[in-house]
Amino acid sequence: MNVPTMAEMMAQGKQPEVLFWVGAAGSYDDRAKKISKAFVKILHEAKVDFAVLGVEESSTGDAAKRAGNEFLFQMQAMMNIEVLNGYEVKKIVTCDPHSFNTLKNEYPGLGGNYEVFHHTQFIQNLINEGRLKINNTNLKGKRVTFHDPCYLGRANEVYESPRDLIRRLGVNLTEMKRSKRTALCCGAGGAQMFKDAEKGDKEVNILRTEDALETKPEIIATGCPYCNTMMTDGIKFKEKEASVTVKDIAELISEANKL
Amino acid sequence: MQYIPNILFTIALIAGIGFFTLNIRKVIRNINLGKDINRTDQKSARWKNMLSIAFGQSKMVRRPISGILHLIVYIGFVIINIEVLEIIVDGVLGTHRVFKDYIGTATYGFLIGSFEVLAALVFVAVIIFWTRRNVANIKRFLSSEMKGWPKKDGNFILYFEMVLMALFMVMNATDVPFQQAGTGNVISQFISPLFNGFSSENLQLIERTAWWLHILGILVFLNYLYYSKHLHILLAFPNTYYANLQPKGQFTNLESVTNEVKLMLDPDADPYATPVDESTEEVPEKFGASDVTDLNWVQLMNAYTCTECGRCTSACPANLTGKKLSPRKIMMDTRDRLEEVGRNIDANNGTFKEDGKQLLNDYITPEELWACTSCNACVEECPVNIDPLSIIMDMRRYLVMEESAAPQELNAMMTNIENNGAPWPYNQQDRLNWTKEG
Repeated sequence: MNVPTMAEMMAQGKQPEVLFWVGAAGSYDDRAKKISKAFVKILHEAKVDFAVLGVEESSTGDAAKRAGNEFLFQMQAMMNIEVLNGYEVKKIVTCDPHSFNTLKNEYPGLGGNYEVFHHTQFIQNLINEGRLKINNTNLKGKRVTFHDPCYLGRANEVYESPRDLIRRLGVNLTEMKRSKRTALCCGAGGAQMFKDAEKGDKEVNILRTEDALETKPEIIATGCPYCNTMMTDGIKFKEKEASVTVKDIAELISEANKL
Repeated sequence: MQYIPNILFTIALIAGIGFFTLNIRKVIRNINLGKDINRTDQKSARWKNMLSIAFGQSKMVRRPISGILHLIVYIGFVIINIEVLEIIVDGVLGTHRVFKDYIGTATYGFLIGSFEVLAALVFVAVIIFWTRRNVANIKRFLSSEMKGWPKKDGNFILYFEMVLMALFMVMNATDVPFQQAGTGNVISQFISPLFNGFSSENLQLIERTAWWLHILGILVFLNYLYYSKHLHILLAFPNTYYANLQPKGQFTNLESVTNEVKLMLDPDADPYATPVDESTEEVPEKFGASDVTDLNWVQLMNAYTCTECGRCTSACPANLTGKKLSPRKIMMDTRDRLEEVGRNIDANNGTFKEDGKQLLNDYITPEELWACTSCNACVEECPVNIDPLSIIMDMRRYLVMEESAAPQELNAMMTNIENNGAPWPYNQQDRLNWTKEG
């Protein structure tokens, strides 16, 4: 898969249109890597001139910050900002709402000012500019429900871009009873992904999976690698793998367009 | 002799308002124990928030049943206060229904008539509220933090309102000239037959008693606010004005940390430099919050504004799955501790005497704090824009940066970020491997 790095671009004296911030999950997690690949296929299809930081990318520090470690967060942020500013990056796109939120909202105060897009917003723009077409026949009629990631939805009020893309797939979008600003967290936010949950009656991702299953979906669409993991685990717990799949919107588009 | 009621009334009024002012000054002093934070930018957006959220109740009606009932009580409260104005003027001057002569019987009748309708609606709404709290088994009123005073407080407010509305009706129903005028007695005309057969002296006695109890009740209720969650009727307005306007996902970047990190990353910093004379240096700031004085004044005002409705808790994913965290309890604990600190200051001539307690551990446990997913559901839900999440985050910061007391797995995650630039133990050199896999 052809994924140019900023270093290679710079060596050729080129400045790409956009930096794809892959994120730790998108780089290392086997499930999330598929989302990164699907998104790269879409970028190729739309002939977007992009690059990644590759080995120069490091954690945004989001998880450290939500865990309360402001020191580690700011160390990460300042090192990343130095790299990004060194490459004169202006535009960033990422498939991870946590990176999106941190880069967009928390880096400016530390000297990192960029135009930051969640991949659903970026793809929506590509469509609006006529650079990408979504095939609305291959997934036609499938029952899809969308789980709003907290850091995309409530945190940044991006509710429409993912839904717009899902509708363009020609599928049947059904909303959960808790959706948009009342959506329930998948259970992974605030650094919960990296620790066991406190004692309770139930895991959050199970409750959220129940919300999703109430809509009798064939596909649960996500826009966050962590939500994807949590919902996938929930579906396994409910033993519904045979009838329900969990897919990122980038994967759905890539699949619909047979990329 | 004839001036005695006027004098008594004026004394009651001054005492009531005076005591209330004293207590409100205490609230303001306590709020100012918090750290400074600048919330004076974007004035038009702030006014807009206040007008739509506090004045216009836009977030209340997202839950239609309690929202509309609340709207009735709120409108009733605001509008019936015009009548209270007349009562005060009558009380001080010894007049009776003084406004009637100035605005004409028809207009007066229309006004009092609408007050009566509102009063009846408020009475009904308050009874439904009481039923919801005490009979209907609504989950958010049954949480553990709602036992004891919070439950009683909620009911006291409702009883107060029931009694005040009933007194207003009785007052009108037993006012013979008012009933005879036949204007404005929209509801009270149905109550006045209850008093048929009373002598005119007795009727007048009942009318006067209801009138006095009504206004004294209002003064007592005014002074009850300080001790109660009902303080929200005042603080909801500044609270929405000073609410956070940034995107909810944007957490503050601690400035004290920025300075330290810049120094650490500065290649020109001389590691062998002579340390600055420590006696002249300021005491380093505490990172994060372990007590109420580490929070900012907006967070403390939030605590006084909280009306314990529990919409936050009923939307909290941790709470919904049986974990100990309840955002409402975070706010209630913050207020309880702040009041404790305030009483301590009052008892010690204006300075706080160390009491060996703090917000962390004595009120809020780390288990509650670590259960938060930072999803902002509580912030989104609050009808008056309270931000429990910011308090949770500040306390986590204290746990991690001052006490190194993060759960073990989070320490591992942070070590990984520090060493590998990822929360997992993978090599940074492998960041591009995914592009080479099939």
